[in-house]
Amino acid sequence: MTISHFGAVLLFALFTSIVFGITQRSEPRTMIRFGAFCFVLFVGGTIAASWIMWMIKH
Amino acid sequence: MATNVSAQARAQSTSFPAMALIAGWLIPGAGHFLQRKWIRGGLLMVSIVAMFIIGLALKGKIYSPNTGDLLDILNFAGDLGNGLLYVLARIFDLGQVTVQVATADYGTKFMVVAGLLNIISAVDAHSLATGRKRS
Repeated sequence: MTISHFGAVLLFALFTSIVFGITQRSEPRTMIRFGAFCFVLFVGGTIAASWIMWMIKH
Repeated sequence: MATNVSAQARAQSTSFPAMALIAGWLIPGAGHFLQRKWIRGGLLMVSIVAMFIIGLALKGKIYSPNTGDLLDILNFAGDLGNGLLYVLARIFDLGQVTVQVATADYGTKFMVVAGLLNIISAVDAHSLATGRKRS
């Protein structure tokens, strides 16, 4: 199996956010909101870190 | 008031907390299935098993018991969180190749994180069984 680096980020963020959402909140609505929040934070944080590393290098 | 809610939740609990914890560790999502939380258990199972299988497919490494580098010991502890998935992988000799490419390193991390997430979900099932978590 081959996967791109960004694809790996998306899969990791998706599955981790699902588990975080279910385990860290009690109500279904808040579970979905927290899961979506975690997903955005994971992916957004990775993109931000990537740009920072790119700027350090250049 | 909070005590009443907690007492009601405990009364509604139908399974032994320790059983939910151990079942949740051995089989991802099983602790939630025992409390009849079918959708949550199913989502947890799919997420954790998928992460583990993707890790294997990426040719990630599965750690064996060791007394070497501290990070190796911690990675082994994370892998152990996968319960029966870890046992099956060891029995069938999966994930024993040397990591050579970056995506294989991702695979290794996928499996370690899957184990850690499984521990979180097992503890969550335990909290549901004891009534510490409301629903």
